[in-house]
This record gives sequence, structure tokens and C-alpha cells, in this order.
Amino acid sequence: MATTAPPEVDPTPKEPATAVALHAGTSDLRSLLTRNMRTSGIYIAFVAIVALFAVLTGGKLLAPLNISNIVLQYSYILILAIGMVIVIIAGHIDLSVGSVVALTGAVSAVLVIKHGYPWWAGIVAALVVGLAVGAWQGFWVAYVGIPAFIVTLAGMLLFRGLTLQVLNSVSLSPFPDEYTKVANGFLNGLLGGNGYDAFTLLVGVLAVAGYAFSCFRTRLARIKYEQPVESFPLFVARIAAVGIVVMLFAWQLAHARGLPIVLIILAVLIIAYGVITKRTVFGRQVYAIGGNLAAAQLSGVKVKVVNFWIFVNMGFLAAVAGVVFSARSNTAQPGAGNMFELDAIAACFIGGAAVTGGVGTVIGAMVGGLIMGVMSNGMSLMGIDQSIQSVVKGLVLLLAVAFDVYNKRRAGASR
Amino acid sequence: MAENILEMRSITKTFPGVKALENVNLDVRRGEIHAICGENGAGKSTLMKVLSGVYPAGSYDGEIVYDGQATSFGGVRDSEHVGIVIIHQELALVPYLSIAENIFLGNERRGRGGLIDWNLANAEAAKLLASVGLEENPLTPVGQLGVGKQQLVEIAKALSKDVRLLILDEPTAALNDSDSDHLLGLLRRLKEQGITSIMISHKLNEITAIADRVTVIRDGRTVETLNLDAGEVTQERIIRGMVGRDLDSFYPDRVSSPGEEVMRVEGWTVWHPTQDRKVVDDASFTVRAGEVVGIAGLMGAGRTELAMSIFGRSYGRDISGRVFVHGKEIKARTVAEAIENGIAYATEDRKKYGLNLIDDIRRNVSSAALGKLSRRGWVNGNEEIKVAEASRKSMNIKAPSVMSITGKLSGGNQQKVVLSKWLYADPEVLILDEPTRGIDVGAKYEIYTIINRLVAAGKAVVVISSELPELLGICDRIYTLSAGRITGELPVREATQERLMELMTKEKESV
Repeated sequence: MATTAPPEVDPTPKEPATAVALHAGTSDLRSLLTRNMRTSGIYIAFVAIVALFAVLTGGKLLAPLNISNIVLQYSYILILAIGMVIVIIAGHIDLSVGSVVALTGAVSAVLVIKHGYPWWAGIVAALVVGLAVGAWQGFWVAYVGIPAFIVTLAGMLLFRGLTLQVLNSVSLSPFPDEYTKVANGFLNGLLGGNGYDAFTLLVGVLAVAGYAFSCFRTRLARIKYEQPVESFPLFVARIAAVGIVVMLFAWQLAHARGLPIVLIILAVLIIAYGVITKRTVFGRQVYAIGGNLAAAQLSGVKVKVVNFWIFVNMGFLAAVAGVVFSARSNTAQPGAGNMFELDAIAACFIGGAAVTGGVGTVIGAMVGGLIMGVMSNGMSLMGIDQSIQSVVKGLVLLLAVAFDVYNKRRAGASR
Repeated sequence: MAENILEMRSITKTFPGVKALENVNLDVRRGEIHAICGENGAGKSTLMKVLSGVYPAGSYDGEIVYDGQATSFGGVRDSEHVGIVIIHQELALVPYLSIAENIFLGNERRGRGGLIDWNLANAEAAKLLASVGLEENPLTPVGQLGVGKQQLVEIAKALSKDVRLLILDEPTAALNDSDSDHLLGLLRRLKEQGITSIMISHKLNEITAIADRVTVIRDGRTVETLNLDAGEVTQERIIRGMVGRDLDSFYPDRVSSPGEEVMRVEGWTVWHPTQDRKVVDDASFTVRAGEVVGIAGLMGAGRTELAMSIFGRSYGRDISGRVFVHGKEIKARTVAEAIENGIAYATEDRKKYGLNLIDDIRRNVSSAALGKLSRRGWVNGNEEIKVAEASRKSMNIKAPSVMSITGKLSGGNQQKVVLSKWLYADPEVLILDEPTRGIDVGAKYEIYTIINRLVAAGKAVVVISSELPELLGICDRIYTLSAGRITGELPVREATQERLMELMTKEKESV
């Protein structure tokens, strides 16, 4: 069977056909979706879950007041998830954030309620404590080299204990009005409007315009650099879809109590951290460390420094969440923030972060957190018992990670 | 009994979007050593995975006839049941378990009540070890053995399963010469005992030395099967089948014109990070602009340790000695400082230390010099794409776009991504550790060309390699390293493999 093939001379490497297709602009929606199953799956799941609960609750889920409640109720989990997803991308975990939420809220309460300092001093003190906690944990993880799981498990106990100490094991309340506004306040009636808030709608319009503008700029730059872009109709459809969702959301808010202040805080944080993770050297290095620690090190990434700041940042965001949570509940309790870490971690994994690190996005974690939020809220509206809610949430987390594992295996098999 | 123990007929295996194998035929005669060679990504490993049931029946088209009967395997267990055992390139041993435990893993020797009879297992393991020529206690944890010995444990494990057809995927890729010789000798002995072997290898000299026949695969198709018994088939002949063309030579020509000294290392001494011994002992060497300097040494001679300790003290402790770049002493305590001072090091293990395998080409290329692409911490993503695209073209990286995930590229293309990364960092001295390990002949030639381009541009290149012909082919000057000491320095025109080997094995006395 020895067949001798004539030696062919083929000096030019064949450009695979897919390259051509990419440059021609991908308009095939299906291929676009399957190609990005890992990232797009989460949005589809989110829409499906919202639709499901909207039907099951007879539309109550999407009622103006309820929507603004979901935002208020889950804002602190979402804030924690922003920091957590960065920790997870770098291949770590933080189990202490619930305790840090309690500690920072407690410090703020002691200053403001017990000692009568102004409301903003409480916020500043909480943030400083958060940064200090982050620096402490960052030191042990980055410079001593103890796994984050252990460091933050210790932190979970440590900071819970300190919370009890600071509060003398009793709850403190109430906070001054200015302080509670952080979590419960609304911007309403700034521009008038009859039965609705014109300002909220204006912000919605500005947000959509800003989004469209930045998408357009990115598209132009990509075309200039001869990079593949989606076809123009698809591009417009994407912006239109986002615009419609945002405007519907704004419309509902405008018919409830107006624009929640905490939503503004959250939006600023999401945009800022979205950009930090995607567009800065620091963000890149976080992904590099999580993707291959040794390779990152040998590429000149200062791994210790980056790890340190990841935890400082987590401490900072935990403090923000601590302020929001204490303001929302208008009290500082020794048991505050219990199990928050698990909700935040779950949000990241449902949102597509990889257990092994190197993969994940801020937006994904936000959607993951909202999926949890919508489910809890929907089930509560339906009068489903807490115990069942917990079972359902646990299963959803398991399924989300199973989906991720399945996807990875599929990607591996297509080698 | 049929003459052929194995016939694979018209095997076609498709992955989404790729035809990995197309109508591949393979006949293996009973009791022969059959080599399979081909460029990286040609489909050799895929073919062996089809054969061993890693890809179960139904996931491919075609027919497997084993021992005269058409068979199909639903999994690895099925194929092992009939005596087909595959030893993968990445060894599948558990480092913390003993040799005996590893040998009988999943195949435990049970005694009464279903409990494992360790006395029986250890005794059988000792016999198996003797048969592969490994003098070790079966109770020794596998992690304490070198790669060569681990390879032998794998073979002992295969023998414990009553192997009749042994498949070895690149068995000698990570072995030094004496371990390779031992392994090849063992294969010959197994052949005398009637065990058929299929060996995938890039090392053509080994193939011509040991194999009875060789099947060449290119782009997922069988090109030819050559009979090596007559001794007429040369390495060049096999290469022609693999690449589909004659390579004028293994090594591209280069006019060598070394200029000024770029890097000088003096009295470099490095201690082992955990053990009380010197890994590098008082090493001194220089590299000039436009010069390729080779470092030859056996495994464990301290080659990688020397390079990594110079590269921002990435290895070892209590490092002493001085490094000069362009005559100025530098003290690079971190990798970032080393890069700033114009030193770059491309690792010998690209998957473990060189690439972020879950990320794309673009971000891997920019990862060592993000500073050049950013202002005040903001990365210019478009410029980054442009840079990566330029590398893809100039390095001839075969991938649909720079957004392709590096983990999915072939070895040669991965190596080109690693090189792109360091070229973009624009170092004065580039240290390449085993730059062509595990990559095919065509890609090797391309990498040599890239090295030539670099030195032509006035850079200094240090190449660490286990393959002496490679060092002789591309270097201007070669240092030999033995037990952490520089034992010799030869201009390439005075160097021969024998002379180098002599210096590489030289004991401690001074040069």
C-alpha cells in the first residue's frame, strides 16, 4: 500500500475560509450566537427567566414599584459581585465580604449614631476601614502567599468578631436621613412631569444615546483597523434592542418613585469597572494571572502587586456595599451581611466566570446577580417559601456551572 | 493468523469545521515497530486516539480490523481489553502514589474480600520493573523519579495489562540521550517478545534506527508507508514525505558578522531553591550583537536554571554574580526589570510558562510589552490588534485571525506566538530555551529563519537546546554546561557533536 504522493510545492499558507467570512462581516445570527454561547447564553437565560416570572406573577414582577424594589434590594449584592468577579478572574475567592459589609456598616454607625459625627464622616470611615481590610487580606494573599480561600475564611471569622466588638453586640439605629438617602433616596421631580418623572426619562435617553455613540465609535475604529465587524443591520438591531430595554426600564422607574440614587452609584461602578477590566493594563494583568499565573509572571506582570490591589479593591467595594446596606436597613447589626459572599460568588459563576480563573466579565456578573434577584423577587411575589427559594437558587447555580463545564468540554472537543 | 495485527481502513474523522483525518489507511504487521511521522497537526495523535477508543466508535468513519476481525471500541477500556495500550505524550501518572500503585491503578490486584492485596501487587510490580530494566523500589513515589524513569513505569503499566499492541506518542520528546537509548533498547526487546509497537516521533534518527516501517501522514491523509529494513530510506526521504517538498537543508544559511558585546555574565552562581546545592556554579559568558550563542548541556546541567535566574531571578536563591548589558551592569530583581533592561526569555515549556492558553493570540502577543500599547494605564485595543496582525503575517502564524485562542493552535504556531510576544518587547538579548521542542520540521525551519532575521537586525540571541545538530546548525559559538559549570567554549567551526558531548559530560575539574 506504499503510495508515493508527488511532493507538492505549496509555499503560500492557505488562509482558512473562516478568515474571509470574518472580514466580510458576520451577519449570520445563529453562528454569532453559537460562537458566543458562553457569553450570550446568559442573556438569553436572563430574558427567559424574566419572562417566566412575569407570567407566573401575572405581570406583578414588571410593575413599576417592583422593578425599583429589585434595584434597591439587590444593589449591594451587585456591588459586591463587581469586586468578586475581579477576584475570581484572577483565580482567587473572597469569603469574607459578608463580614466586611457588617464591619464597615458597624464602624459607620458607631461614628454617626453613637458619637454624632456627620453622615458623610461615617461613609468616609467605612470606606477607609474597607480599604484597610483589603490591604490586610491582600498582604497575606499576595506577599505571604497563603491561598485566598484560607485568608478570607479567616477574615470571615475575624471581621465578624470585630463587628461584634465594635457594636458591643447590639444593633444601632436609626441613621440620619441624609445617610439613608444613599440607599433609599430617589431623584424625582427635578424636571417636573405629570404622573411621571421627566428627569428619569431624560437620563434614560442620555444613557441610550451614550451607548449608541460609544458603539458607533468602536465600530468606526474597528473598520479603520480592518477588523471584523457585525453587519450594519445587526449592529442597528443590537443598539435598538438595548435602547428599548433601557427606555422601558426608565419608563417604569419614572412611573414609580423616580431614579434611585443607588442605581446611579451602581451604574457608575459598572461602567468604571467594565472599562477597567477591559481597557486598562491592570485589567489585562488580572486576566493574565488567572489564565496562566506562571506565564504572566514570566511576561513581567508584577503578580504580587496586582493581587494586592485586587483585594484592596474588593475591600473598597465591600465597604461601599456596607454603606448601602446599612443605609437601606437603616441600622447596623452584628449579623448584617451574613451569606452575602455566597450570593456574590454565585452571581459571578452564573454570569459565566470560570471556576479556574481567567474568564469572566463585570456585565456577566451583573446579569448573574440580576438572575438571582429576579428569581428571589419573583418567588417571593408568588408566596413561595424561603426554604424552596433556597433549593431553587442552589440548583440554578449548579446548572449554570454545569453549563460552563459542558461548554468548555465542547470547545475542547472541537480541536 | 493474519500477517497484519492491525488494519485501519479509510478512517475519516471530522471535528466541527475541520477534517482532521481523511481516508487514512494504516497497516501494522505483527511484531514490528511501526513509526508514524508527520508535521504537527497532521493528524497523528487523532489517528491514535481513534485506534485506542478515546474517540469511540461512531464518532468517526472507516473500519478497524484488529487481529483479523473488524472491531469497534466504545472507550479506552475496550481497546485495553484486547491488548491495545496507548502511552500519551503527557504522562498519566499520579506523582504522590507509589510505582506499584500507579502500575495497578484502575487494574488493582484484589485479594480476599475484594481488598487490594498489596504484597501481591508489589511483588508483581517488582517483576514488571525488572522486565523494563528499571531498578527502583516499587514503593517509591513516582514524583521522585525523573521523566525517563517515569516513562519506563508507564511501559511497565502497559505490560501489566498484557499489552499486545503498544502505542507511544512522542516517547522520547522529553528524554535525554541516554534515557532515550534505554527506551529504544527496551522497545527492541519487547519486539523480540512479540509485542508490536506503534511509535509517533519527530526524531527521525530514532525512527531510522529502530523502526521497521514508517507511515507518513500529512494534512490528515496517508502519504506513504516506507520500508526501513533495507536501509535505503534516509531521513531526507522521510522529510520529503512529511513536508511535501525537499528542504534544501535543515538550517537556513546566514552570513555571520558579530558586532559589539551586548550581554556579559560574570561569576553567576545560583543555589537550588530548596536543596543545599549550587545549580549554577560560577558561570561566565558573553553574547555579541548579531551573534547566535548556543548553550549545550545534558538534562539537569542547569541550562534552564541559568537562563531563568538571569531573567529577573525567576529561579533559585542566593544568586550572586554580575550581568552587563551594553557594558552597563544591571540588577534585574524582577522579570519586569529584566525586560526593561532588554533581556527576554522564551521558555522551554510554552504551555505551562509561555502562553495564556485560554486567551487569544492578540493578548498573548502584547502581554510582555503592554506598556508600549498603553498610555497612563489605558490599553489601545485597536493598536494592539494591528500589532498582533502584523506578527501573525510576518511570523506566518496559521490561524484564522488574531482572535483565535492560543490553546487551539498547533505546537509550532504556539511557539511562533511566544516568539512574537518577545519580539514585540524588542529586547537586546533574546534567550530561547529549546525553541523547537516538539514542533515539526517545517516550523523548525521557519523558527531558524526568524532567529536569523533577528541577528541580522543586530540583536543577540542565546539558544539552549538538547539537540546538538541544531546548535551546530544555527550557532556562531557554543558554550557547554556540565553540572552547573561552563566547561567549554567553541566557535562553531571547531565544534563537532563528539567534542561537545565530551565537554558536556566533563566532571568538575577546571577547564
